[in-house]
Amino acid sequence: MGDQLPAIIVLAPMFGAMFVALLGNRDHRVCFPIVFASLLISLCASIAAAQQVYTTGAIDYFMAGWEEPIGIGIHLRIDALNALLLVLISVVVVLVSFFSIRRAGEQHTEKTPQFYVLYLLLCVGLLGISITGDAFNLFVLVEVSSLTSYGLVAMGSSRRGTHAALNYLLMGTVGASFYLVGVGYLYLMTGTLNMQDIHAILQANDAVSGSTAVIIAFLFILLGIWIKMAFFPLHGWLPNAYSYCPSTSACILAPLMTKVSVYVMIRVMIGIFGVEWVFVHLGWSHLVVWLAVIAILAGSMLALAQREIKKMLCYLIVVEVGYMVGGAWLSDPDHWGLTGSLYHILADAMMTLCLFLAAGIFAKRLGAVEIKDLEGLFKKMPLTSIAFVIAALGMIGVPPTAGFYSKFYLIRGAIEGAHWEYVAALLISSLVNAVLFFRIFEIAFFGNKPAEGHGHDDHHEDESETQQGQVGDSTLLGREPAWSALFPLLTSAAIIILLGLFNGPIVELIRESLENLPSIVATQAD
Amino acid sequence: MADFFQNTLHDHFNYWVYVILMMIGLWAVIAKNNFIKKLIGLSIFQTAIILFYVSIGVKVDASIPILHHHEEPAAHAEGHDKGHKADYAVGEKDDSAPAAHDNHDSHESQESHGDHDHHADAHAVNPDLIANPLPHVLMLTAIVVGVATLGVALALSQRIYKEFGTLEESELLEQLKGGNVDG
Amino acid sequence: MENSVTSFLPVLACLASLLAVPLILIFRKEPVLREASTFLAGFAKFGFVVAMVPVILSGKVIEYTFIEGIAGISVPIKFRVDGLGMTFALVASSLWIVTSLYAIGYMRGLKEHSQTRFFSFFALSLSATLGVAFSGNLLTLYLFYELLSLSTWPLVTHHQDKEARGGGRTYLSHLLGTSVAFGIPAIIYTYVKSGGDLSFAGEAMLADSEMSYLQGVVLLLAFAFGFSKAGLMPFHSWLPGAMVAPTPVSALLHAVAVVKVGVFCVIRVITGVFGTGLLEKLGANLVLCWVAAFTVITSSLIAMSQDNLKRRLAFSTIGQLSYIVLGVALLAPYAVQGSMMHIAMHAFGKITLFFCAGAIFVATGKKYISQLDGLGKVMPWTMGAFAIGALSVTGLPPTGGLLSKIYMIRGAADAQQYALLAVYLISSVLNGVYFFPIVYRAFFKSPATGTLTTGIKEAPLACVLPLTVTAVASVLLFFFPGLLFDLTSLMLPGK
Repeated sequence: MGDQLPAIIVLAPMFGAMFVALLGNRDHRVCFPIVFASLLISLCASIAAAQQVYTTGAIDYFMAGWEEPIGIGIHLRIDALNALLLVLISVVVVLVSFFSIRRAGEQHTEKTPQFYVLYLLLCVGLLGISITGDAFNLFVLVEVSSLTSYGLVAMGSSRRGTHAALNYLLMGTVGASFYLVGVGYLYLMTGTLNMQDIHAILQANDAVSGSTAVIIAFLFILLGIWIKMAFFPLHGWLPNAYSYCPSTSACILAPLMTKVSVYVMIRVMIGIFGVEWVFVHLGWSHLVVWLAVIAILAGSMLALAQREIKKMLCYLIVVEVGYMVGGAWLSDPDHWGLTGSLYHILADAMMTLCLFLAAGIFAKRLGAVEIKDLEGLFKKMPLTSIAFVIAALGMIGVPPTAGFYSKFYLIRGAIEGAHWEYVAALLISSLVNAVLFFRIFEIAFFGNKPAEGHGHDDHHEDESETQQGQVGDSTLLGREPAWSALFPLLTSAAIIILLGLFNGPIVELIRESLENLPSIVATQAD
Repeated sequence: MADFFQNTLHDHFNYWVYVILMMIGLWAVIAKNNFIKKLIGLSIFQTAIILFYVSIGVKVDASIPILHHHEEPAAHAEGHDKGHKADYAVGEKDDSAPAAHDNHDSHESQESHGDHDHHADAHAVNPDLIANPLPHVLMLTAIVVGVATLGVALALSQRIYKEFGTLEESELLEQLKGGNVDG
Repeated sequence: MENSVTSFLPVLACLASLLAVPLILIFRKEPVLREASTFLAGFAKFGFVVAMVPVILSGKVIEYTFIEGIAGISVPIKFRVDGLGMTFALVASSLWIVTSLYAIGYMRGLKEHSQTRFFSFFALSLSATLGVAFSGNLLTLYLFYELLSLSTWPLVTHHQDKEARGGGRTYLSHLLGTSVAFGIPAIIYTYVKSGGDLSFAGEAMLADSEMSYLQGVVLLLAFAFGFSKAGLMPFHSWLPGAMVAPTPVSALLHAVAVVKVGVFCVIRVITGVFGTGLLEKLGANLVLCWVAAFTVITSSLIAMSQDNLKRRLAFSTIGQLSYIVLGVALLAPYAVQGSMMHIAMHAFGKITLFFCAGAIFVATGKKYISQLDGLGKVMPWTMGAFAIGALSVTGLPPTGGLLSKIYMIRGAADAQQYALLAVYLISSVLNGVYFFPIVYRAFFKSPATGTLTTGIKEAPLACVLPLTVTAVASVLLFFFPGLLFDLTSLMLPGK
């Protein structure tokens, strides 16, 4: 069993998807147990694998024993760089699966099995992207995750959702194709698709790594990934896609898709081309950091202009992507920027998850789509509010949340790499975040008409009047949501704080992976 | 000028075609108003990439990559070794650098050979005689992915047509702007 | 040189008020039990703090680490109690008990809404205050600093009306904005510059680092403005804005806890981050001195023009805070010690004044100084305490304010900054000018006819008792400053 962990991580949800497809149509009730079981298997396997990685070193796994990097033998690799990400992904998908319980039952009554099939396949794609050691397989898995996410976005009843999904598809496919072209050039130059082999050849052969073709390859790959991660100004598809899709879809896509793409970028930078080559040979560091600065500032401004909660959160994702891209490219001597980016992948995934879960709950329980609908929120659902506040403080960067520490490391990297423009952008965006969220808190606390709360203590009843939302059942309103929604929300909020408090050990693991770069990229002995 | 035609256009003819097709496709995706036309553009775009990959794998006078163990296709070999002038990107062997156009080619392929020599020895095949199957295999996968994407895209377009009664993006945006969003 | 003791006491002292929050929530329907739990926590907290005094006085420091840091990677979350922290903790925890009593009288007297929320956040902000006082490193300090900003926001905006909303906005935008914009980069820059040392223990973080004059000035100002709770101009306007809060909040938080946290942080930065040696070498402290001096004079002048009693007190606070900053920025040992003592002296004096303002509001509904004519005759206790508070804040005998002011003035003389010495003297005169007319009005002017209705009498006992206690304490501090003197002496280098 222990040897097969990498395969189990990916295959469990895949078989789960098959079972759901086979059995789900007969009886919708079997869907969730299958989904949950397969995701739990993935989670346990990733935790076990991570433990193994950090005690004994990287795990290389060759599907069906095709050891040689000939052709397209499937090489899975778990090392210090992606072990944490795997755990993160599996934690998020398990949490969101709880959230899906009620949603899937209500909104897609006829489509429950289809929804879960897509959900599980998305997990396969995301886990696969993180775990694969092969540049072409990465493309396939990116497309697996993208195709399923087009489906998940389009699943809702909103007309805008369909339109957004098609736009997302067009942009996403173009992005993936760019990536594929880049991989083609790399293959042309090195004759292999295995990331480690490519890296070894580029390291060993200055003529190849110095050629224009490799730079073009890198450019195409970078462009492709940037489209996938919605790096400003290539973000056009994201806000509509994530805000007009069903809440559960948003909760799974928003935290993971962009973050996994950031991981891919870092993996490509470190694992294929090599940090040295990217930072020293190319010397694009300043350019990309400036692009990131623009992304952060523009995203912040766009977020300020939004009235809808989810739209605002979507633009915040664009901002956070700017953080991570900029951080990864800071090129400071001790790689604190890369550290910060990798840590921020974890932190931001959790914060985004928490915020989108909360937004989903607001939409359902209060019918709140726009910020102004959140009147009296703190009294109506105190627990949900607490989680929402924690995530918001994380986005602002208040200690001891994870968001503060990721900023700490990013700014440290920026100072050591003398990228003051990035420091300024990060701080400005923190301030904008503060404005954004306190605008919400104000409305939640004061209401839209001031002085509305004046009066006696503890009056809940008079506030539970029916909202204009789509969900008509007034008995559901004005109270906390069901445990299935509350549990993932509170868990993610707790993780945000724990991740912050115990940032030391986690960052130590990340540092280890960055300090032992050679071990990440070394060719396996054959 | 003649050199230009010979070296840049003629020798890289299919690469030029791939670039032009790719640009046409991308232009259609971005500029066309009709969703179906956008999707056609997308298909052209993807097909261009397939052309690119297939071009990587081409080798003049090479045979199909089916290995007969210990059975050198001798007749072929001699004639080929002399006459072979890599017109197109040619894979030296199935898993080594097909970077035939680079000046440092010989040096590099030497290296790559070194890396995986035992593999070549084990089968004792002359890689010049065998077309590189890998790009084709990759493209089979890419085609499948492309077909799946197109399928999803067409399904979405169909739904858009049902919901909006149009496939023109401008009309659709107009409807969305005019309120009454989720009918 | 200093020996440390590991003890859980600072944690208990910090947690005592935090643990009161669930109790307060549980007893939200029963005001008596709810308030009882606040008191319980208050006394427990004070007890824990007092229990640490002997250890500190014996020259040791108490430490407790929550989460170990990893060298070069992360900063521990750690408590460390020394003389300065102890001084501040004693002031804050003792005054919390008094304020709790006062708050009960005030909130019930005015039949305020959402009292549960009020007491919960009050307790929470006290935890944050002690957290700041006991912080062992800059990061922990920042953590509790932000927690304090956030937990006091619901208190400032308690009335939930338009004015409260505006005040709350100014409050948070100034406090959070400056701490994010200046505080975070300053801390991280220090971290990078000092090679990963943010701890207050041992030598100052930047003591050995190379630094140009410009770097020193920019970093020092980034810290001083980043910790804008210290109220340095131009980032002072949150404090008058925060006066929309109920008076107990203004009294404890905006005369003692929050604002003193600001100056406490500045003292920590000057002594613990830069070290007096480095600043003296660079001469960067003078820039801060002049910013503080400007604030002292300007705020006193503004205070004179305010008719709203609480706003006048607020501007007075801004000036007094800058006294402290100025004192510590002078770097002379006497001035530094005087600053630390002034934290306590000013706290007792100013809280008395705020209590009086609140008591007047509860009893008469009056907010403006021009309405106070003749009030001294109907409310002799309140106005008497007000006079004592005014004496203390102005720095006249027989009140504690005199002692700390003398120390600071002597420090200015030692540092040979006679212009700054003059600032102290001029502003003391100005203090008198804006306080004593109020006392004069209350006791010697006869009320304009019709403004004083006959129904007015002293505020409820729960209001009058606390203000009497703090007024007496101000006087006692003049006669028995020993403890305060000993604690602050511990912080001086070479002692």
